[in-house]
Amino acid sequence: MPNLGQQISSKNDMIPDWTSQEVSTGVSTGAAGPWRTEAYIANRVTDKLTPIHDRIFCCRSGSAADTQAIADVVTYQLGFHSIELDEPPLVETAANLFRASCYRYREELTAGILVAGWDRRKGGQVYCVPIGGMLVRQPVSVGGSGSTYIYGFMDSNYKPGLTKEQCLELTAAALSLAMERDGSSGGVVRLATISEDGVERRVILGNQLPKFSTH
Amino acid sequence: MEKHCMDSQVKGVSTGTTILAAIFDGGVVIGSDTRASVGGEYVSSKTINKVIQVHDRIFCCMAGSLADAQAVTKAAKFHLSFHSVQMESPPLVIAAASVLKELCYKNKEELQAGFITAGWDIKKGPQVYVVALGGMLVRQPVTIGGSGSTFIYGYVDAKYKPSMTKEECLQFATNALALAMGRDNVSGGVANLVVITETGVEHVVVPGDKLPRFHDE
Repeated sequence: MPNLGQQISSKNDMIPDWTSQEVSTGVSTGAAGPWRTEAYIANRVTDKLTPIHDRIFCCRSGSAADTQAIADVVTYQLGFHSIELDEPPLVETAANLFRASCYRYREELTAGILVAGWDRRKGGQVYCVPIGGMLVRQPVSVGGSGSTYIYGFMDSNYKPGLTKEQCLELTAAALSLAMERDGSSGGVVRLATISEDGVERRVILGNQLPKFSTH
Repeated sequence: MEKHCMDSQVKGVSTGTTILAAIFDGGVVIGSDTRASVGGEYVSSKTINKVIQVHDRIFCCMAGSLADAQAVTKAAKFHLSFHSVQMESPPLVIAAASVLKELCYKNKEELQAGFITAGWDIKKGPQVYVVALGGMLVRQPVTIGGSGSTFIYGYVDAKYKPSMTKEECLQFATNALALAMGRDNVSGGVANLVVITETGVEHVVVPGDKLPRFHDE
């Protein structure tokens, strides 16, 4: 696989479902900053959270070019589908569209994608479409090069039934831990909370991140 | 140097593994999993001991090729006991770590083994040293190693505090090992822990069914 072009190897996403006390469900998703070509940081404040529809976002990791292209295709397909149905699309539909593209062109693509959103049928949902084109729904998912470092942290700290604030804190903490250890992750943390009421986006700058230190 | 994918290029039995050591207030906990595997496909032993005692209050955890690690620790044990007789006093932890480092560095082309050395001595109290694959030696308050360690960097960074009590440290180590064994296919078995303090050495074994479970299990 040629290493030309930009790699979102810095990618690190974490998307837990959450249920607030008002029994509405939603999703918060986060992604960390820079893109790299080899040892050069091409962009240190990339936005890897891409809206696909009003209440559906995707987190992109792998080749920047590949994932942007796939996201554009899926945005078009989903928009068309939604107009045909005359109602908001399901998150599962969006995830399946991603999976269809990623699986069909698996030999050519390097794309790891997390699809997250809210719909009326199943509330907040997270779907993982890793490299190769598998599709699986999970309550919480991490991806990208920095994700290996936070599997243990996520396994031990995530519990079903978190509130929105707890979820955001957990996401920000996990991303900072990964950014500290992964050479390809860094910059800022971008968070988006998706619920019935809409989408709320936040940015946490480097100096505002939670601090952890073992020495 | 072609030593990237350590586990997949190791011939024979490898300790794809998770090892860790952490200092608490008054001592140190060192521990590991107990799985030995061949090529990531076959578990050749479910209960192998990777925590080797090299002297009364000094233990060593091994990672990498099992054959290499066992050979190195055997040689290190010998050197260390000879050194201790010559000095007429218990060896320092840094002496044990240096012996391992010399062996690893001088033979770096042939060996594929990394170590964590932990112990207590009268000069500096509890200490943890890491001897990495090529022979680097570094002292740290807490350290993790082996293939399973990548999954628990976040957990260890978030959870470790320098002045824990012995019980907190044991719980921290058990949780970290359980999390790593849960995600790494070549780590598993039981959690094998040793607590070293001025007064002595205590072995703690946590079998698989007593390990902490997390939300998705």
